[in-house]
Amino acid sequence: MDFLILNEGFPLLSVLIFLPLAGALVALLLNNDDASRLWALFVTTVNALISIPLFSSFNLDTAKYQFAEHYEWIPSFDIYYTIGVDGISLLLVLLTTLIMPLCVLGSWNYIKTRVKPFMICLMIMETSMLGVFCALDFALFYILWEAMLIPMYLLIGIWGGPRKVYASIKFFLYTLAGSVMLLVAIIALYLHTGSFSIPNMMGQAYSSTFQIWVFLAFFLAFAIKVPMFPFHTWLPAAHVEAPTAGSVILASVLLKMGTYGFLRFCLPITPEATITMMPYVLWLSIAGILYGGFTALAQKDMKKLIAYSSVGHMGFVTLGIFVLNTNGVEGAIIQMINHGVTTGALFLCVGMIYERTHSRELADAAGIGKHMPIFVTFLAFFSLSSLAFPATNSFVGEFLILAGAFTHNKIIAAFAIPGAVLAAAYMLRMLQKVIWGGTNNPTHTLSDLGMREIVVLAPLLAFVFWIGLAPQPFMDVMHTSVAHLLNQVGVDQGPSALAQMIGK
Amino acid sequence: MKLMLFAPELFMLLGSLLIFFFSLANDDGKKSRSVAIATSIGAIILCFICLNKSGLLFFKAYQIDLFSQLFKLTIAIGTAAVILFSRDLKGIQEKIRPEYYLFLILSSLGLMMLVSSVELISLFIALELSSFCLYLLVPMRDDQQGLRTQMESAIKYIFYGVIATGIMLFGMSYLFGLTGTTYLNELIPKLHTLGSEPAAIAGIAMVLCGFFFKLAVFPFHFWVPDVYQGASNETTAFIASVPKLGAVAMLIRITTLAAPQSEALVTMFVVLAVCSMFYGNLSALVQKDIKRMLGFSGIAHAGFILLGLLTMKDTGYATSIYYIFGYLVMNLACFLVICSVSSKGENVTINDLSGLHKRAPLLALTMAIGMFALAGIPPFVGFMGKFMLLTGALQDGQLTLVILAALNTAIAIYYYLSVVKVTYCNSPDGHEDITVPLMTKTVSIGLILAIILMGVMPSKILAIATTAVQGIL
Repeated sequence: MDFLILNEGFPLLSVLIFLPLAGALVALLLNNDDASRLWALFVTTVNALISIPLFSSFNLDTAKYQFAEHYEWIPSFDIYYTIGVDGISLLLVLLTTLIMPLCVLGSWNYIKTRVKPFMICLMIMETSMLGVFCALDFALFYILWEAMLIPMYLLIGIWGGPRKVYASIKFFLYTLAGSVMLLVAIIALYLHTGSFSIPNMMGQAYSSTFQIWVFLAFFLAFAIKVPMFPFHTWLPAAHVEAPTAGSVILASVLLKMGTYGFLRFCLPITPEATITMMPYVLWLSIAGILYGGFTALAQKDMKKLIAYSSVGHMGFVTLGIFVLNTNGVEGAIIQMINHGVTTGALFLCVGMIYERTHSRELADAAGIGKHMPIFVTFLAFFSLSSLAFPATNSFVGEFLILAGAFTHNKIIAAFAIPGAVLAAAYMLRMLQKVIWGGTNNPTHTLSDLGMREIVVLAPLLAFVFWIGLAPQPFMDVMHTSVAHLLNQVGVDQGPSALAQMIGK
Repeated sequence: MKLMLFAPELFMLLGSLLIFFFSLANDDGKKSRSVAIATSIGAIILCFICLNKSGLLFFKAYQIDLFSQLFKLTIAIGTAAVILFSRDLKGIQEKIRPEYYLFLILSSLGLMMLVSSVELISLFIALELSSFCLYLLVPMRDDQQGLRTQMESAIKYIFYGVIATGIMLFGMSYLFGLTGTTYLNELIPKLHTLGSEPAAIAGIAMVLCGFFFKLAVFPFHFWVPDVYQGASNETTAFIASVPKLGAVAMLIRITTLAAPQSEALVTMFVVLAVCSMFYGNLSALVQKDIKRMLGFSGIAHAGFILLGLLTMKDTGYATSIYYIFGYLVMNLACFLVICSVSSKGENVTINDLSGLHKRAPLLALTMAIGMFALAGIPPFVGFMGKFMLLTGALQDGQLTLVILAALNTAIAIYYYLSVVKVTYCNSPDGHEDITVPLMTKTVSIGLILAIILMGVMPSKILAIATTAVQGIL
């Protein structure tokens, strides 16, 4: 267990993971809508506050898993309860704890029926999402990874829009079908290494064919979750039909699990296969970037537009991961966070329009800038962030990814550039419509954002500029882990390694 | 004290005698019901007390060990749960309710005796005691539509059953002919030395057939959909869950007779497992009657259980035991909902569950958890069982089988999910609200907790099951 830095004393991660679950159990006893709302807000906020020490006392100089806990669980199958965070998962954990209270606040008035079950679903979601990012035992990971489908299915299926049945079943079937082979791969790895410990599975001498098969099983599961082109078709349906909080969780956290899976499993466990399959994955990413961009340009429904833009943005992330150099991978990780912040915020914005106009159509929201100045200010900043405008967070991520891509292969990088332009096109088109509209705008009687809604959006806006202007603290936490990861893949000849050599 | 060794069975016997007397008087079922509840709960307590007893009875034909006591305990629990949640026996006429309880108790008594039998003839008698009671329970359904479908089901059930028993007896004659004994503990060394002698393998395979019938493994499954549909909901709940415990126990006992790594037997298990999974899951996809659907899903689950048997190792057997215990609670959870939703004892179609979450939130939750558990979604017991069975089979080198089994999970989720969809996403469309009696509520919360706790903390049960299996090897 030398890859763990065991956490003596307060079991910070376990508390983070299980507090929402305990909160959900307590919520079962409440029988008042407002009490459920307040309780969920309280639990998720406390969780967010508890997670701050993770960031402040994180050791930047080690690639080991910190705040780790290790207990026996099912000894006859060598399954342990092992959790811990490193530079790759830390920011995702923090993103999750940040997003959850905002989701609760964002659905304060949106959810009017069966509030208590809704809040319980949200809290169970938080438990399983945090668990997935912290799990260092593959059995534990898989259990939480699958268990998450149930509350998410219910979120879409019960509180969703008109086509909720279709969307929720498609989401469930697609994701589950993708991960059954993951289970077989996990068992095969267990039989090879004799334990379910994820760090133990890294750096083992597997045969090339074995690696390819395991990689393919991993890839199918994670590519569906990301979703990569051509496995993305569940995403627009699920996004459009889900309630606001569901869309936000889906965009901000669930999609990251796919790319997190690539980083945590594909690269270090099957490095040889990763290098073999790299070109195909890169071209799929390019296809996703361009396809997402062009399709988003044609959408009339705002949620669909953002959903397709997600396909494009996540294409950038997978591009960054699979160019396999420091800039690319670090850019991909920071871009995962950026996408979580920005797209989450955009879905919240659309939810706010929907609460007022009961429509997600661009045409129905045309010209609301006159009536809702505060709202469109927020919307403008988030849209600019989404198209990677300099000084916003996505610029940092996309810049690093493209820099990484150019060092890897100029042709592939050149194909990714139109994606950035397309992002500007569809985002500005949406902004133009929403703020000014045309000559025949529908007549609006809309109230501007209330205090609660400003409180929801403001923290996200703060992060947009914080990461955009001073990304250093966020980049610092990942350097060591990313260097270690690339070392495991065997391609640690990135620019920063080069710089270090020159420095000596 | 020798009496304690036989205490649970004796208690069940006394209880059934008492119900027999009630059946002679004019009882409308209320008294018999109280006696049946008391008997089954008393049996649970006695089984629990006797869990660690061991010994031999009746000229060494009846063995009390952890293996048999564990199964007796779960059989008692299953029986008690069925009696508790089938509160008013809606599908059975009032005047024959005492008899209904009598046969129900006798059937589980037969199963309890079955899991302790270690001699072929006593095994056969115990099996027949249990089976014939079941054959009688099926046609006892109230003929509401005048179509007499319950009679058709009963005839099918008894014909298939008798044929399976015939095959089993034929197999037993082979075993006796080869070895000259009917005691299992004497059979084991003799058959092991015979190794892969075709006659020995054929004999064992034929004896297994009798229990394949009980467990509804392909190709002994033909009775399943019709019997499930034709029998009353309560009867189906029992047939679908409790006898399968006995079947798995005996499959394990009989499989240990074969020489370890007997390739012919392993191949047979593999083929039957694959056929059962595909047949069960593909047929379940198109069912509208939820009992039929669960029947086909049961065939698929039987295939999964074979994954544990074909490893022919103690861990494999232990995971099979774990899986069938899990299947018991998951299945009972689903049938609890079916029995409660059916207002006059009629069959329930999937659409009858529309908007159940508004009509009876607890029932909807029970159904959803039962379905997700059957589908093998974590953190429920169905997933843990599936996960361990797959691990064991892959350890044994059955890669193709494991991949096919994993594919089956993906197929199966569709029909399980469509039930959840109907309960949670559809509106009630004029279906009435359901009031759930307190007893049913308690049982359903108990089942939900069992499904979750067994899934999250499997190590304890697994350890007991492993010890139990090692005791009979």
